[in-house]
Order: sequence, then structure tokens, then C-alpha cells
Amino acid sequence: MSHEHEHHHHHDDDDDVQEHREHGAPLTDVELRVRALESLLVDKGLVDPAALDALIDTYETKVGPRNGARVVARAWLDPAYKRRLLEDGTAAVAEFGFMGRQSEKLVVVENTPQVHNVVVCTLCSCYPWAVLGLPPVWYKSAPYRARAVIDPRGVLEELGVSVPESREVRVWDSTAEIRYMVLPERPKGTEKLSEEELAALVTRDAMIGVAEVRR
Amino acid sequence: MRPPDLDALPAIPRDDEGPVFRAPWEAQAFAMAIVLHERGHFTWKEWAGRLADEIAAARERGEADDGRRYYHYWLATLEKLVADKHIVLADELRARKSAWEAAAAATPHGQPIVLGADAARPKP
Repeated sequence: MSHEHEHHHHHDDDDDVQEHREHGAPLTDVELRVRALESLLVDKGLVDPAALDALIDTYETKVGPRNGARVVARAWLDPAYKRRLLEDGTAAVAEFGFMGRQSEKLVVVENTPQVHNVVVCTLCSCYPWAVLGLPPVWYKSAPYRARAVIDPRGVLEELGVSVPESREVRVWDSTAEIRYMVLPERPKGTEKLSEEELAALVTRDAMIGVAEVRR
Repeated sequence: MRPPDLDALPAIPRDDEGPVFRAPWEAQAFAMAIVLHERGHFTWKEWAGRLADEIAAARERGEADDGRRYYHYWLATLEKLVADKHIVLADELRARKSAWEAAAAATPHGQPIVLGADAARPKP
């Protein structure tokens, strides 16, 4: 299996966000400057990284386009779209006109009464934040990653999701080529909601499988 | 934790609830300024003034004033302010930026980027 991996040059009007990603330079100029300043402030003891993370986390739903929520809402409403999404996530998400610059393959896994999916991630520079939103702070933690693989039910329980023994838990580990997104179950009592209203219910945590969507 | 008075700032991208960010780095830059202010490294009035100066200078250079580069100005203001206050000097920033760049270049795709990743790997 070979997935062609390339970083394209972009010259569209979003340049100031993505700038020029090239082979061997996965961070943009501003990302490098932010990392430089943040790591120096932390080294000098001027900023507590946990305080910084906690503050950033309060803006979880305010970062990026969070396009994944719209994808989920469309899949709930349109069975044909859902079929396409589960067959080829990359192409189905591209129908919305975003993700154009993310060359990694996106695989969408569906939660059902029989199966609960969880995504773990190395937090490499290709985390698909434009789709999923800001990564959770605890994604940075190596122990979480290890435990999620060994004892996913325990980790889910701690995060407030109780999965009965009868329901299979599948853990998806992001790789260099493949990103995962969970298609959560549509909550009951949402039959009358519009696509936009449904999208507003879909959280980042639901799209990585550590929360259910609630009405 | 509530951010200080956003109305005191040059028009910040926001919705009904507060600031919005187009990318994770924007939120990081925002948070660094908030935390440094809270720790007393500069007053909010000083911050707002310096940011306004940065934006005015960009406007004079002929850059479009549509809010899309807001956090570029924010970050530039922060870099200059910490240098002026001798918190983090421009040379330190340059060196550290190069170190991150080298670490990123030495990190296989799909792995998290950590400082010193290039030093830990054998040179070709």
C-alpha cells in the first residue's frame, strides 16, 4: 500500500494561515515563531505550560473552521452522503470544498449500537484541526496514548463515556498517512433539527470518540 | 479565566462569546499575551497601544485591513514587547526558531516534533 504524500505549495487567499508547507519543513513560519517564543517563556519560568494549555482549551470550540461537525450533520441527514463518507472519507469531506491542502487520507469510522470507536493521535504537525477542531490537551500525554490502546474502556469511563461490555471498542491509531474521524451516533429527539442545528451539537470530543453527542 | 477587556483592543476577530481563531497558533499567541499580562509583565493598556501601533504600521505599508492578519500583528507585537522588556531577546528567538526548524526537518512525518530531535539523530 503506498499513499502518495506531498505537501503542496498554496497561493490562494488562505496563505496567511497555512503559508508554505514543504517537504522537511512541516511547520509554517508563524508556527515556528510561536513555538520559539512559547518554549523560551516556559524555559525561563515565565509561563506555566499547563496554565497556557488550560487557557487555550477554554477556546476549544473557537479554533479553526471545525468542518467535521458539518460533515457529521450532513451524514446524519443524507444516507447517500453517509455512504460516500464511510467509503472514502477524503473525497466525501472534499465535497464541502475544504481539506484541499491536507494530503493525508481521512478515514471515517461509524459508531453504532454494536461498536464504539476511539481515535488516538501522536499530535504530529498534520493533526487535522480544520476538520476536528483544536486537539485536546491530554492528547499530548504519552501515558494517555498507551492506556487508550491497552485499556480503552477504562480511559473512556474516566472521560465520562460508559461503554457496555456488549459493545465492541475499536481504537484507531493515526499514522503518517491516515487520519481518523468518528461519525458519532445521532442523538434521539433531533429529528426536526436542521443541518446547521445538528452541526452545532457535534463536539470535537465526539469526533474523536471520547464523548457522545447530546441534545 | 476571563480575558481582559477585549473592547480596549483594536477590533479583534470575535463572535458573541469572545475571540475566535483561524488556526491553533493564533490561540497560542493570544494565550501567551494573556498569561504574560496576568503575571504583570505589561499592562493591558500598554498591550493595546503597542498592538494598535503594529496594525497602523502595517496599514501604512499598504497591507489589507480585513482582520485576516490580525494574529500576525499580535505575534509581532508580542515579540517586540518581550524584547523591549528584556524578557526574551530577539537573538534568542531567532536561535530557538532555527532549533525548531531543524527539529521539524529531522522528524519523520507522523511523529510529534520535539526540540533536539535533529541532535538525537545521526547526521547524514
